[in-house]
Amino acid sequence: MNISAPASFIKMEHLSIEFPVFQLESRSLKKTLFSNVKKMMNNPQRHHQRTGAEIVTTANNDVVVQALRDINLTIQSGERVGLIGHNGAGKSTLLRAITGIYEPNSGHIQSHGHIEALLSTNAGMNPLLSGRENIYLRGKRLGLSQKKIQELAKDVEAFAELNEFIELPIKIYSSGMLMRLGFGLSTSIVPNILLMDEWFMAGDSNFQEKARNRLVSIVDKADILVLTTHSLSILQQWCNRLIWLKAGQIIADGPTDIILDQYKRAMTTDSGAQN
Amino acid sequence: MSLLTKINSNTAHSRYYQALMDIIKGFKLWRLALSLGWFDIKLRYKGSALGPLWITSTSAAMTATMGVIYSSLFKMDIHEYLPFVALSTVLWGQGIALTLSDACQCFLQANDTIHSIKLPFFLQALRTVFRNIIILSLNLIIPIIVFILFKVHVGWNALFVLPGFILWFINGLAVCLLLGCICARYRDIPQIINSFIQIIFYVTPIIWLPQQLKHHIAYLVYNPLYPLIEVVRGPLLNNGFNGTIWIYALVYSMLIWLASGYIFIRARGRLAFWI
Repeated sequence: MNISAPASFIKMEHLSIEFPVFQLESRSLKKTLFSNVKKMMNNPQRHHQRTGAEIVTTANNDVVVQALRDINLTIQSGERVGLIGHNGAGKSTLLRAITGIYEPNSGHIQSHGHIEALLSTNAGMNPLLSGRENIYLRGKRLGLSQKKIQELAKDVEAFAELNEFIELPIKIYSSGMLMRLGFGLSTSIVPNILLMDEWFMAGDSNFQEKARNRLVSIVDKADILVLTTHSLSILQQWCNRLIWLKAGQIIADGPTDIILDQYKRAMTTDSGAQN
Repeated sequence: MSLLTKINSNTAHSRYYQALMDIIKGFKLWRLALSLGWFDIKLRYKGSALGPLWITSTSAAMTATMGVIYSSLFKMDIHEYLPFVALSTVLWGQGIALTLSDACQCFLQANDTIHSIKLPFFLQALRTVFRNIIILSLNLIIPIIVFILFKVHVGWNALFVLPGFILWFINGLAVCLLLGCICARYRDIPQIINSFIQIIFYVTPIIWLPQQLKHHIAYLVYNPLYPLIEVVRGPLLNNGFNGTIWIYALVYSMLIWLASGYIFIRARGRLAFWI
């Protein structure tokens, strides 16, 4: 046991996050609305019940979206946490809060350990640069030496099977290639805390098989895993703790089996009520 | 680097501390900033055969035309006027004006990265300034050629340009933080800045010489951009070290630093929500 390195953890107290909504012309809102509409269209199991974030008008007439409300949560080393809930329940916002991208409006969050996040397929890559250049930039971001960057490039190239495409701008990549590159890059170093948004299991079965093998070795070495997905089988397979979010609040938190049962029951009553 | 991160909301001390840490972490990633800046230039001129020299040749043509027309308009010796205008237009166009307009886009253009990876915001300021340093250096070839053609003698006094460039470097970073934050929140500011750049161009001695103002020359120092351009231009035009100019330049710079510190400390935690 290495005593000098304290265990990784994530701790949130009374954490709330609000998104400001500016005038309709503002690009940020257009983007948010668009991506939300797109998500709704793509999700066949859409429920008519309001389950997403709440839109609030504050005292000084600012319109804000309450994405997370008074979250109290501690995740210890060794935990494999799955976040469940409807679209807009605050799962992705919670992941971004853990990385520090979104800072809380009230409450606080503390974490210990190197965090890597797979939040989107392009994972902060520049679409106009080639695969190799993006790998190079990632290496620089991690502060790797020239030699280490070359090793990183070799490893990722082999995993992503890009061949000659590695020299071409990634905007022309197929979604599969992009996913393999993004996934390979984000899993090339073992973080203490690994955060994954649901996109990572969207690839074809061939990719999933490869991804799983690579992920098993990473997850085993990582102290904490937090992932969001709608796939119940993935939750069952990967997680030992589930947190169920609804309208920005935690409504259930516990061992996978118990929460999954509750969740399934709620889903069947939901669809039953609609018929 | 400690892996412990702690983000409290709203307390003034925390905001101050986080802003300071952002700048320190950003500086540590200077290699990444340099690569990002370099890739920006590569991408910007990818389609053009001349590459970054495209701007250089445009400003060369402009300098030559202006040199001929204005030297006869102002009834000045072209041997005196052309070196002045060649240096002035490059320092203005690829130095001050470019930095002002790029500073507005500093965070906006990095919105993908900011939403998918936690990186110091200061990194984006550093990237913008490094990019503009490279562009400015490439374009300084024009005044150098003109100086050689017109046999302008540059003495040891020219070394006073070094503290001038250092002041520009710090101011460039401060302006990026200041305008970057404001433009992320209010989207019409970039247009206002661009109009401002066009207007201030005419009231700053860039294509006309300060001496042409005759007895009104004393008022010139109230235009902040005059002392700020003069700390770099003066030494290169054999004017040596000018104490008064430096005092004004330092006072204006400090005002910029104060404003940028104040805004960055307040805005940093909200930037991810604005862009």
